[in-house]
Amino acid sequence: MLLTLLVIVTIAIVRMRSLFGVIALSGVYSFLMASVLMVYDAVDVAMTEAAVGAGVSTVLLLAALHLTKAREYPQPRPAAIPLLVAVVVGIALIWATYDLPAFGIADAPIHKHVAPHYLQNALQETLVGNVVSAVLADYRGFDTFGEVIVVFTAGIGVMLLLKGRRQGRDGREGDAR
Amino acid sequence: MRLDVVLRVGVKLIIPFMLLFGLYVQLHGDYGPGGGFQAGVIVAGALIVYALIFGLDEAQRVVPRRLVEFLVPLGVLIYAGTGAFALLNGHNFLDYSVLAAHAPAGRERGILLVEAGVLVTVSSTMIALFYAFSERGR
Repeated sequence: MLLTLLVIVTIAIVRMRSLFGVIALSGVYSFLMASVLMVYDAVDVAMTEAAVGAGVSTVLLLAALHLTKAREYPQPRPAAIPLLVAVVVGIALIWATYDLPAFGIADAPIHKHVAPHYLQNALQETLVGNVVSAVLADYRGFDTFGEVIVVFTAGIGVMLLLKGRRQGRDGREGDAR
Repeated sequence: MRLDVVLRVGVKLIIPFMLLFGLYVQLHGDYGPGGGFQAGVIVAGALIVYALIFGLDEAQRVVPRRLVEFLVPLGVLIYAGTGAFALLNGHNFLDYSVLAAHAPAGRERGILLVEAGVLVTVSSTMIALFYAFSERGR
């Protein structure tokens, strides 16, 4: 049901020319995705998806829309090669799923490696009841550090790009106020 | 401009609860869903809502851009500093067990610290992005 709605929203996003509508629909998409993640009991990810995908990124996209035109230019001719590439990659990905272990099966490799250790020992070893937090910040602290660096780099990049362009155009300091 | 009284009053009412919910998500992340990333976005969302209703200048009076640009690297430094503290005390980088007498208590404290770093960086980056986009738009 949710996945059907996702497909409908995706097709609507692709077909739509008004970028305002596309942004609104991508917010809808994010909320649907958050619901799907809730169904899978991935509450932490669902929360992030709802807050980032539906909340902040919608606002940022609207702010970006303010800088550009609100309508997408129609494609001049049907794009045959991109369509071919998309179809081939799609088929390859579907083909690859046949090598995955059956969905939700208990003895998939991912459930056998370190996950049992985390589930059984996280509370004693870190005194943190939420295993997700324990894994995120402690066992996999290095990865999370990388994520924070990514957020940091992205923020710096956007600030530099947008600020630099404004200085160049107006010829005045970006933060002279 | 004066017709949006409902929005203004409503936003004023809702922002304290948004900030409180952000703190709850941050500090209760040890026991329930949540953590620095989610809390950071919620806290940034509170300010963005404020800026949307009251205007960018009002928002920048509350949280100046200088402060935001200072906070973005500060969060990374909190995280890296926690790791480096362990390193300097003869453990591995980001091995939090040195932070308290008992290893589990130290790891709990370490998780709290790095989550605080994540909160600072994520929320200030979101605010910085919002400022960057909306400043260019005018």
